[in-house]
Amino acid sequence: MLVSLYRYNPEADNAPYMQDVEVEIPEGKDLMVLDVLNLVKEKDPSMSYRRSCREGVCGSDGMNMNGKNGLACITPVSDVVKNNKLVLRPLPGLPVIRDLVVDMGLFYKQYEKVMPYLVNDKPAPAIERLQSPEEREKLDGLYECILCACCSTACPSFWWNPDKFIGPSGLLQAYRFLADSRDTAQAERLENLDDPFSVFRCRGIMNCVSVCPKGLNPTKAIGHIRNLLLQRAT
Amino acid sequence: MGMNSVTNIGRNGIQDWIIQRATAYILALYTLFLLGFFVTTDVDYQAWSALFGQGWFKIFSLLALLSIAGHAWVGLWTVSTDYIKPAMPRFLLQAACVLVMFVYVVWGIQILWGL
Repeated sequence: MLVSLYRYNPEADNAPYMQDVEVEIPEGKDLMVLDVLNLVKEKDPSMSYRRSCREGVCGSDGMNMNGKNGLACITPVSDVVKNNKLVLRPLPGLPVIRDLVVDMGLFYKQYEKVMPYLVNDKPAPAIERLQSPEEREKLDGLYECILCACCSTACPSFWWNPDKFIGPSGLLQAYRFLADSRDTAQAERLENLDDPFSVFRCRGIMNCVSVCPKGLNPTKAIGHIRNLLLQRAT
Repeated sequence: MGMNSVTNIGRNGIQDWIIQRATAYILALYTLFLLGFFVTTDVDYQAWSALFGQGWFKIFSLLALLSIAGHAWVGLWTVSTDYIKPAMPRFLLQAACVLVMFVYVVWGIQILWGL
């Protein structure tokens, strides 16, 4: 199988380029894209990419495979390969450090803005802050995000305004804390989101939903945030 | 947090959002009404003139015109902040858009009330 790889080593290359590599896939086997990359790296140890858990939990190996973002470790080659060719590029819209490794600084900056931690100014109870099963249920579909950045880097609004638009991943997390019955900073959280960029650059095209490797729905969470802002403003 | 929106029509994100949605509904209603009018009426000068002779339709038309202005202001402000990064050309484009909306609205009032 032909694998086309985005290569860029800023210390040696003037510009990024695509490198074609022929990789032998064992007969009758469907590898994950990460396995193919590992085969490439055996031949060419200079090939750089991030990986850690290799089972879709850590979120390190988000990349663009034949035009669609996803986690290389849980994406079967047969799902993405076209005409027996696999094209691997780094996540779009973020600065490339080397090959498939991108600088996630802007992504984390947006994550930090939404205060991704519980805020509660009441004295802590002796054992723990209790939640009813119904209250806990509201966090389903929100807490599972692994911050792989597949969604935010598939979002044109994040490409145009990565410094001002929080992006689908950050907004999913923003709602995860807005929806938490134990959090007491809802007013402050909403105050921080009520400008023309942070939330409202979402145009609802749902690229985030179509690429999320965990099957989450940031567009829905953004809709909930908009409703909270609307309730607060009317 | 975020960018100030002094050149936009609303003061914050939710206000822009409401303006854009509300004006969209008004424009949709106006379009549907006109469509219905064209389908059900044999449109000639008499019918057209009679329609615009009624006070409520003048008000409805002015509302639609103001809606176009508000809708376009929010929309073009958004487009300009997406694509034009240097502040000066962005501001000039926004100012030009607002000027054009203003002229359209005043001109529209003149036409509607035959001033």
